[in-house]
Amino acid sequence: MSLITPFGMSRRHFVTHLAASAATIPAMNFISHVKAHAAELNKKQKACILMWMSGGPPTIDIWDLKPESKNGGEFKPIKTRGSMQISDQMPKTAAVMDNLSLIRSMSTREADHGRGRYYMHTTFIPNPTVVHPAFGSVVSYELASKRNNLEIPSFISIGGGGLSPGYLGMTHAPFLVDASGRINNTELGDVSSERLNQRLSMLATVEENFIRSDRGDFGSAHRDIYKKAVNLMQSKQMEAFKIDQEKKEVLEAYSGNPARGGAMGGGGQFGRSLLMARRLVEAGVPFVEVDFGGWDLHANVFDTLKNQRLPALDAGIAALTADLKQRGMFNDVVLVWMGEFARTPRINQDVGRDHFANSWSVMLGGGGLKGGLTIGETDKDGLSVVSSKIYQPGDVWATVAHALGIPLDTVHKSKNGRPMKLANGGTAIQELIG
Amino acid sequence: MSRSLKRTSLAFGIRLAAITLMLLLDGFVWSTFARATGENSRPSPADAIIEEINTQIRQTWKDNEVEPSAVADDAEWMRRVYLDVVGHIPSLEDVEKFLADKDKSKRKKLVERLIDDPGYTRNWTTIWTNLCIGQQTPRRVSREGMQKFFREAFGKNRPWNEIVFDLVTAEGHYEENGATNYLLAQMQDQDDGVQVTAKTTRLFMGMQVQCTQCHDHPYNDWKQDQFWQFNSFFRQTGKVDHRRFDTKAGRMVDDYSEIVQREFSGPVYFEKRNGLMKVAYPNYLGTQVEPDSSTNRRQELARLMTLGDRPMIAVAYVNRTWAHFFGFGFTNPIDDISTHVPVTHPALFDRLSDEFVKSGYDGKQLIRWIALSEPYNLTSRSAKKNSQDNPAIGETALFTHVYVKPLTAEQLYDSLIVATNAHKSGRSGWEKSESKRQEWLEQFVRTFGTDDGSESTSFDGTIPQALTMMNGALVRDAVSVKPGSHLHDLLAGRGNDVQKIQRLYLTALGRQPTKPELVATQKFLNENADPLTVFQDLFWALLNCNEFIFNH
Repeated sequence: MSLITPFGMSRRHFVTHLAASAATIPAMNFISHVKAHAAELNKKQKACILMWMSGGPPTIDIWDLKPESKNGGEFKPIKTRGSMQISDQMPKTAAVMDNLSLIRSMSTREADHGRGRYYMHTTFIPNPTVVHPAFGSVVSYELASKRNNLEIPSFISIGGGGLSPGYLGMTHAPFLVDASGRINNTELGDVSSERLNQRLSMLATVEENFIRSDRGDFGSAHRDIYKKAVNLMQSKQMEAFKIDQEKKEVLEAYSGNPARGGAMGGGGQFGRSLLMARRLVEAGVPFVEVDFGGWDLHANVFDTLKNQRLPALDAGIAALTADLKQRGMFNDVVLVWMGEFARTPRINQDVGRDHFANSWSVMLGGGGLKGGLTIGETDKDGLSVVSSKIYQPGDVWATVAHALGIPLDTVHKSKNGRPMKLANGGTAIQELIG
Repeated sequence: MSRSLKRTSLAFGIRLAAITLMLLLDGFVWSTFARATGENSRPSPADAIIEEINTQIRQTWKDNEVEPSAVADDAEWMRRVYLDVVGHIPSLEDVEKFLADKDKSKRKKLVERLIDDPGYTRNWTTIWTNLCIGQQTPRRVSREGMQKFFREAFGKNRPWNEIVFDLVTAEGHYEENGATNYLLAQMQDQDDGVQVTAKTTRLFMGMQVQCTQCHDHPYNDWKQDQFWQFNSFFRQTGKVDHRRFDTKAGRMVDDYSEIVQREFSGPVYFEKRNGLMKVAYPNYLGTQVEPDSSTNRRQELARLMTLGDRPMIAVAYVNRTWAHFFGFGFTNPIDDISTHVPVTHPALFDRLSDEFVKSGYDGKQLIRWIALSEPYNLTSRSAKKNSQDNPAIGETALFTHVYVKPLTAEQLYDSLIVATNAHKSGRSGWEKSESKRQEWLEQFVRTFGTDDGSESTSFDGTIPQALTMMNGALVRDAVSVKPGSHLHDLLAGRGNDVQKIQRLYLTALGRQPTKPELVATQKFLNENADPLTVFQDLFWALLNCNEFIFNH
C-alpha cells in the first residue's frame, strides 16, 4: 500500500471528495477549507508515540527480570534479537528487540500517582506556582507550526487524561479521544454552512468584547480553541481516527490473541489505540499518546500480567514496530514506553507489588535511535541502580527531542517570564544517539 | 498644591502627589463600594468581620504598591454571586428585577436570598459529593445516598464540625446513612485504610500526608510513623458488600453496601525504607488514644478532629470556601496547609478560621462575610496598577480584582437549563434533571483506575468541550424555538427587535449588549430574509461565547 494515499482511499477518491466538499462550501471567513495539498502526506515527518502505562508497570516482570532473587516472581527471562533478555511473557516483542532499547537505570523518586504522572510527562517536579507542559505539548509547540497542512490537533491522547499544556497555551493541550476513535458532536446536523457562518460571525463579535476586557488570555484562548474545533469538523484528516478502515488482519496483529485479554478485552483497546496512533502519525500528527491502564497491581500481580496485561502489551509493541518498519516510517517515529513509576521488587502479602520509583526501566526505540541496547543496570534484587549514571525523565525526553530534531538548547518562557529549559535541561543519552 | 510643589523638590512633590492620589483613590473606591454593598456607618457583628477582611486585604495592596480595580457593576457582580452561591446564572426575570432595584442594600439582600435558595443546597451538595466520592461514582457507592446526606446537611445549615463528625464516624447501610459513602468511596481496595487516611487528612484537614505512607516527608513535619498513627484510627472500619438473589434473573446480583465496626486493638505495623518493621498506636497530632478494643477509634478521631478553638477542619474549610469564591485560597494548593507552603494573608486566615469556629461552624455566615467583602465586589477586569496580580502564573494572590474562573461542568449544565427555561417545565425540574445531568457530566470524566481514585475531566476548555457546546443536544435544544422554551417565549413576547436582542443578552450574559454588538445584530436582521434564524444564531453565539463559559 502506498503511503501517499492515506487510509486505504485511492488518491482519485480523495481528490474527488475534496472537490465535492469545496463546491458545497462557499467562500468562508472562518472555515479553512481542506487544502489541495493535504493529500501529500509527508512520510518523512518526525513524530513520537508515547505508550503510557497508567498505574505504574512492574518493569521487574517485563524488562529487567531477577530470576535468582526472592523478588523474581513467576516469570523467566528469554533471549531476544537484541543484546538483552526480557520476560518470557513477551515473546513477540523479543523478536523485534533489535530495534528497541531499554534504559534500566531510571531512578525518579516520585512514587505517588499524581506526582509521578506529572514528573514523567513534564520532566519537572510538581510545583504549585507553575504548571509545566506535558512533553507532548512541547513537541506540538515545536513541530506543529511547521505543518501547515495539519488540520487535526497536533497532540492527541488516546484514552489518556489529566495532562496540561501549561505555559505553552491551550492550543497545545492534548486532544482526548478514546480507543473507539469516535469523536462526539462533530456533525452540524441540519445546520447549513451558511448558518454556521452566521453563527461564527456573531460569535466573533461577542468574543471580541470579552477578549478586550482586561481579563487575561482566557478570552483569546477560547477563540483559538473554537477555530481549531471548526477546522476539525471540516477536515478529511478525521479519517485517521477511523481504524475500522484497516484490514482485519492488521487489527488482529495489533490486538493479539483475543482469548488472552486480546481483541475484546484490554488488549483490544491497546491494539486499537496503537493502530490509531500509527494512522495519526501518518496523517502528520507529531505527538500521540496511547494510554494503557490497569498496572496498579497491589494484589495478584502475576495472574493479571500473564492473562491480561502482557499478552496485549506484547502483541501491540511487536505489531507497531513491524508495521512502522514495513511502511518505512520507523526511522522517523520515536517510540517511548513508560509509566508514572514502577513497582516494588518485594512481593507483598497479597501477591502484589506496590509503588516504586527507585530503580526501574523505560523502553525507547525508532526515530533513528539505536536499537537492541541496554543502558544501565540494577542490583541482583532490583532494589537500586548499580551502574554509575541514573536517568531522569528529562534525559529520556531530551533523547526524544534529539531524535525529533528539536534543539536541546531550546528555552520556553513560563507565563511569569521564567526561562524553562527544554526537558528540564536533561541530556540525550549518548549510547542511543551516538 | 501647585505652589507647594514648586517650593519642594521635584521628587518629593511627585511622591506627595502619588500619596494624595492614592488616598483619594482609596476614598473613592471605598465609597463606591460602600454604596454598592449598602454598607452603612453602624457596623453589625457580621460587618466587623467584613471590615476586617477589607482592612487586611487593603493592607497588602499598600504593602505591594498595587491598587484595586473598580467595583464591579451590578450585572457583573450578580452573575458571579449566583454562579458561586447557587451554581447557575440568574434567570432573565431575576436579572431585570435586580438591575432595576434602587435599594442601596440590594447586594446584601441578594446574598441573604441566595443562601436560603434551594439552589444553595443543591450547589453545595454537588460540590461536596464530588469532593467526597468523585465525579464518577466508584463501585459499591451510592451517589444518591451521599447526595441525600449533604442535601440535609446544607439544607438545614448543619455546623461543619458536625458534618465532618458524621462522615468520619459513619456506620450502616449506604442509603439509610448516606454519610457512609465517603468511607466506602475510599475503601475500593483492601489497603488497610491507606486511601481513607490520605483523603481524610487532605480533604478535611488540608494536610497532604500521602507520601509519608512510605517515608518521612521531605518538606513538611509529617513523619512516616504519624501516617500510620493516623491510619490506625481507621482499622476498626469494615465494609460489607451485600448480595441478593434476583428471582427474575435467576442469579445473585449486587445489593447494598455497609460500613461496620470491626474488632481491632493494639498497634498497626509498617515497614521503614530500610526494611525494618515498626509499630504505630492511635495518636492524633500528639494526643494518644487508648489502643485497646473498648475504644471506638473513629469516634475518638472525630472528637479530636472537631475539638478546640482553631482545629484544622475549620482552617481547611475556610481556605476551600475562600478559594471557591476567589479562585485562589490563602495557600496554593488549597489542600496543603503546612510550614513549607506560604500563606498569602496569615493574620486574616487565622482570624476567619477563629470566627468560623465562633460562629458555630456556620457555612452560610462564612459566605456572607466573603460575598459582601470589598475584594469580592470588585470587577474582574485588571487595571494598570494591578496587572501583576496574577496568581494563575504563580504570583501571590493579592485580590486586587476578582480572578476569572472557568465554569465547572455542573455550573454550565445548570446555567443552560436556566437560560432555556427547562427547570420550569414539569413539577420537579431540578430533581428530574439530576440523573440527566449526571449522565451528561460523566461523558467528560475519565478515571485512571489507580488506587488513589484519581480522575480527570475533558471538560477543560479543549476541543471536545467546544464541540459539545457548538453541536451538542443541550444547545441545539436551547435554540430550537420549541413551544415553552425560553427563546420561544421571548420572541413571542412583548417588545421590538432591539428589546428582544437586549433580553437575549440579559438571559445569557446578564448584561445589556454594547452599542457595536447591538448594531452588528441589527445588521444581520436587516440583511437576512429570515429574522428567526438571526435570533436563534445570536442565542447560539451568546451560549457559546467566552463570556458565557467563564465566571468573572
